[in-house]
Amino acid sequence: MTTGPSSERVRVTGPSRRRTPVTRTADIDDQTRLGGVYMGSLLREQLRLAIGILLVLALTVGVLPLLFHLAPELAEVHVLGLPLGWLLLGVAVYPTLLLLGWVYVRRAERNERDFAELVSEADR
Amino acid sequence: MSPGLDAAPGVVAVTLVTLATLGIGTWGLRFSRTTSDFFVASRTVRPRLNASAIGGEYLSAASFLGVAGLVLTFGADMLWYPVGWTAGYLVLLVLVAAPLRRSGAYTLPDFAEARLGSRGVRAACSLLVVAVGWLYLLPQFQGAGITLAATVGAPTWLGPVIVGLVVLANVTSGGMRSITFVQAFQYWLKLTALLVPAMVLLAVWASDSAPRTSGSDGWSVPLAPGGMEGLYVTYSLIIATFLGTMGLPHVVVRFYTNPDGRAARRTTLVVLALLGVFYLLPPVYGALGRIYAPELAEPGRADALVLELPRIMVDGPAGELLTGLVTAGAFAAFLSTSSGLAIAVAGVLSQDVTGRFWGERRLGGVAAFRLGAVVAVTVPCVVALAAPNLGVARAVGLAFAMAASTFCPLLLLGIWWRRLTDAGAIAGLLAGGVGCATAIGWTLASSTADGWADTLMGHPAAWTVPLALSTMVAVSLLTPDRVPGHAGRFLVRLHTPEVVEVDRG
Repeated sequence: MTTGPSSERVRVTGPSRRRTPVTRTADIDDQTRLGGVYMGSLLREQLRLAIGILLVLALTVGVLPLLFHLAPELAEVHVLGLPLGWLLLGVAVYPTLLLLGWVYVRRAERNERDFAELVSEADR
Repeated sequence: MSPGLDAAPGVVAVTLVTLATLGIGTWGLRFSRTTSDFFVASRTVRPRLNASAIGGEYLSAASFLGVAGLVLTFGADMLWYPVGWTAGYLVLLVLVAAPLRRSGAYTLPDFAEARLGSRGVRAACSLLVVAVGWLYLLPQFQGAGITLAATVGAPTWLGPVIVGLVVLANVTSGGMRSITFVQAFQYWLKLTALLVPAMVLLAVWASDSAPRTSGSDGWSVPLAPGGMEGLYVTYSLIIATFLGTMGLPHVVVRFYTNPDGRAARRTTLVVLALLGVFYLLPPVYGALGRIYAPELAEPGRADALVLELPRIMVDGPAGELLTGLVTAGAFAAFLSTSSGLAIAVAGVLSQDVTGRFWGERRLGGVAAFRLGAVVAVTVPCVVALAAPNLGVARAVGLAFAMAASTFCPLLLLGIWWRRLTDAGAIAGLLAGGVGCATAIGWTLASSTADGWADTLMGHPAAWTVPLALSTMVAVSLLTPDRVPGHAGRFLVRLHTPEVVEVDRG
């Protein structure tokens, strides 16, 4: 029996019946239009969330100077023995910021989880 | 202030803080071995430790001493400083934190180069990091001089020299890894040093049948005086602090030490909590100072309010003990902020200057970092010694305005807008940087401070930030063929959670 390179045993098989699952991350890697749609949706979700949080920040903390400019008599109002300006800027602002940050982190992580599930699903 | 003050508590406090800082730095040295340790602590710092370190690093002389003095002198509108410094972290959290970490870059210039593929943008960013870093280091050194002069009666040159030497010893020996432990320790030291005396002073005030300040002369109005101009000044301050935080070099460098994007977000959330707790305290000193030490309410003396109030309100050894505590906190503030800034500036210098080939020779990573640190600390230290009266609070405010009008637009557009080009980035950085520098020059040159021109130049952020942002967008739109080819893949890298396996370029 000769052992030349041409006489190697070849195993003949049919095409695989079970296709290896192709996940959608391949679309992102290949920068197909579909991949672009997936990425675009994640980016839009996250940006919308960020802008929403910043809008709330602007409408709560951001309007305070304007409020005190338009209604200077607010500075004379006392709540819990403290002038309103001091109470809002010295105390109340900080829990508000923390709450906004907490809401953001929860939602941002949820967006990412949804995205990870979406693109990791196999197309069958 | 007066040389007759008993110097013992101050001397003991400064010595203890210095020894503790060096000791923890040496202990952290055992974990520092590689270049990656030096720059980013090998990216393994957990959120809680990292958040304490960020807090320790961020709460500078301006926070520890400046806010109380400003509130005492000018009233409630100065509360916008601590509010802005905290809210800056919320803006950073929602727009920048996770993508910045996922970019995988060491420093701001690294990010700019990776995103835009341009050496020119990198050079501009390196220059700006060094400029903003030195602008911020200068008041730290000057504040150290003022503190030692006020509490111990030492000559003003001693503070900058001590802070400079301790920072150099720590940074050059252990880099980012060892400094992380030092900074974390210093946050808790600063909080304790402000919290305990505040409690005692509030108890004294309450047992004193809780006297109140008389009359209302606008001290409780959270708005700068002067009608429309006051409104402009307040909003300009809000823009500079809310948007400037993300552009401070020592803040940004900290985000690379997180393990991943998710940890970067959680770290920032803890930072928000830590800063919120700390900033409740300085206004207490300001308000008590208004009752017990109104004579301090003048420029030059107000910064010493936190240091002097315990002795004014509490007699005997208890007062001395509290004085020692606040002195320790103040000194920790100088050390930690200067260390962080020195690391950020040294990182950039070592990559772009000292780590380059100079003729035939080229320094290795760690050696280049050490040389960079020496340059980063020596230059502002010498300037602080040569020009000790440049205005502490003003320099910090200008550093924020500069960061807000240069790095903030670059980060925002770089992270969220695919069509940003290198030409647009450079044009925007130039517009913001030159606009801000012009305003700084105008303010330093003009003696008066009335009228709209001076108001606009004295508080430039409200017009330089939109100017830089719109320039960056407009020039990018005019140069669409310069959009880098890898921009799409880079955005994938910035925004895709780490659990998803994709090609990150």
